[in-house]
Amino acid sequence: MSALRFTKDHEWIRLDGSVATVGISDYAQEQLGDVVFVELPEIGRKVTAGGEAAVVESVKAASEVYAPVDGEVVAVNDKLGDDPALVNRAPTGEGWFMKLALADPKQLDGLMDEAAYLNYIAGLA
Amino acid sequence: MPAQNAGPKRTALYDLHVALGAKMVPFAGYEMPVQYRAGILAEHGHTRTAASLFDVSHMGQVVLRGPERAAALEALVPGDIAGLAPGAMRYTLFTNRDAGILDDLMVTNVGDYLFLVVNAACKEADVAHLVANLDRGTTVERLDDRGLLALQGPGAAGALERLVPGVSRMAFMTAAPFTVDGARVAVTRSGYTGEDGFEISIPGADTVRIAERILALPGVAPAGLGARDSLRLEAGLCLYGHDIDPTTTPVEAGLAWTIGKRRRADGGYPGADVVTRELAHGPKRKRVGILPDGKAPAREGTAITDPAGRAIGTVTSGGFGPTVNGPVAMGYAETDRAAPGTPVALVVRGTPRPARIAALPFVPHRYARPAQQRGNA
Repeated sequence: MSALRFTKDHEWIRLDGSVATVGISDYAQEQLGDVVFVELPEIGRKVTAGGEAAVVESVKAASEVYAPVDGEVVAVNDKLGDDPALVNRAPTGEGWFMKLALADPKQLDGLMDEAAYLNYIAGLA
Repeated sequence: MPAQNAGPKRTALYDLHVALGAKMVPFAGYEMPVQYRAGILAEHGHTRTAASLFDVSHMGQVVLRGPERAAALEALVPGDIAGLAPGAMRYTLFTNRDAGILDDLMVTNVGDYLFLVVNAACKEADVAHLVANLDRGTTVERLDDRGLLALQGPGAAGALERLVPGVSRMAFMTAAPFTVDGARVAVTRSGYTGEDGFEISIPGADTVRIAERILALPGVAPAGLGARDSLRLEAGLCLYGHDIDPTTTPVEAGLAWTIGKRRRADGGYPGADVVTRELAHGPKRKRVGILPDGKAPAREGTAITDPAGRAIGTVTSGGFGPTVNGPVAMGYAETDRAAPGTPVALVVRGTPRPARIAALPFVPHRYARPAQQRGNA
């Protein structure tokens, strides 16, 4: 499994072979507060980098989750239906959103690594 | 109050909020705590099971004085102000000549004067409205230097009694003065959560000290505006600027209960003719509760349709109800589609999702015993 890569919209993606797992960052869940609902895409849906792929809702508001790269949804995290707070408790682990079969794994090279992302969010404060 | 620059204002408790780990957000021109470290769900639950302290110092506190103050205020609101016994308070509305709602407010008859609490976002306009329209020698005084705290929850009376002996004997919707730690405070048994509780008006210089004393009481924790909003939504209480505004009337909003027999008969407030007509013939639309069948929250602005897809209204407040443990919403629906149980659809992100009209409140009110009824409220 490769290391996490991050988008400026606070999604993370981790490549495992030709399939990548996508979620939202710890910073994102912290900013959202208590997650109460997650709407996941249907299996087989084609998503494009920067396009809406899911919705995450806190008590206060709904936020869009964007696909970090182009791909096809091959799995979604059904556990989030009964326990959306997994996104708060384990944002980069059990709180993952979806798995994508990637059109072009090289697209990950254009995303931030963890050090660059931490530097990026430090600049947002 | 702390020194202020051109940015958002701060209440006297700003530093305390930050020390308590609050996430501060802009709200009605103030930097206010939306939540503390516990988070909105925990703060909401704590309010329903114990007691939470809210800083509501951003709200407007106004005093009206003058021999004809009650009659003068009655020219601007449909509530029975003249019938308020000393120490009693009432929820009422500023209306315009179309019966649109300019603000909602609490009015307390303190004895020598009337004490008003108005919404933060409306307070400048409300004071201007009062100054421009109150006649009969009534004066308007803003109490901008005072703090306002709300202690809410089933544990509120037991906790506050330790610091302010006597408060637990107060009836719901009454007010009384107390001395706390040398400070003269005004306590009302009221709130905005559906729970028993108190609001405490405190001289600015004493607000931090008394807030810290209350937070030190057993079972009390701080709660922010996020929990305040989810609590009031579950309690079916209106948020000004969302569920009520100048385009909604008291009858449409289900607030005709705030208009007593004498005011219904005699009118004498802006929009009385519209209210009288709507009371007689029914409004075209009504404020309703809505329970989505699924788990997706429907936010403010969501279209409400009938099952066939015809638009019948709009959601004005919606989100997740932590005590309901599911999505809850309020909005306006055409009157013949407004009965509890009526199937509707909510168009969330372009997809109609089944829901049904529901009775308000979503969570039963648990207010303290009301005072003995006096007059014809």
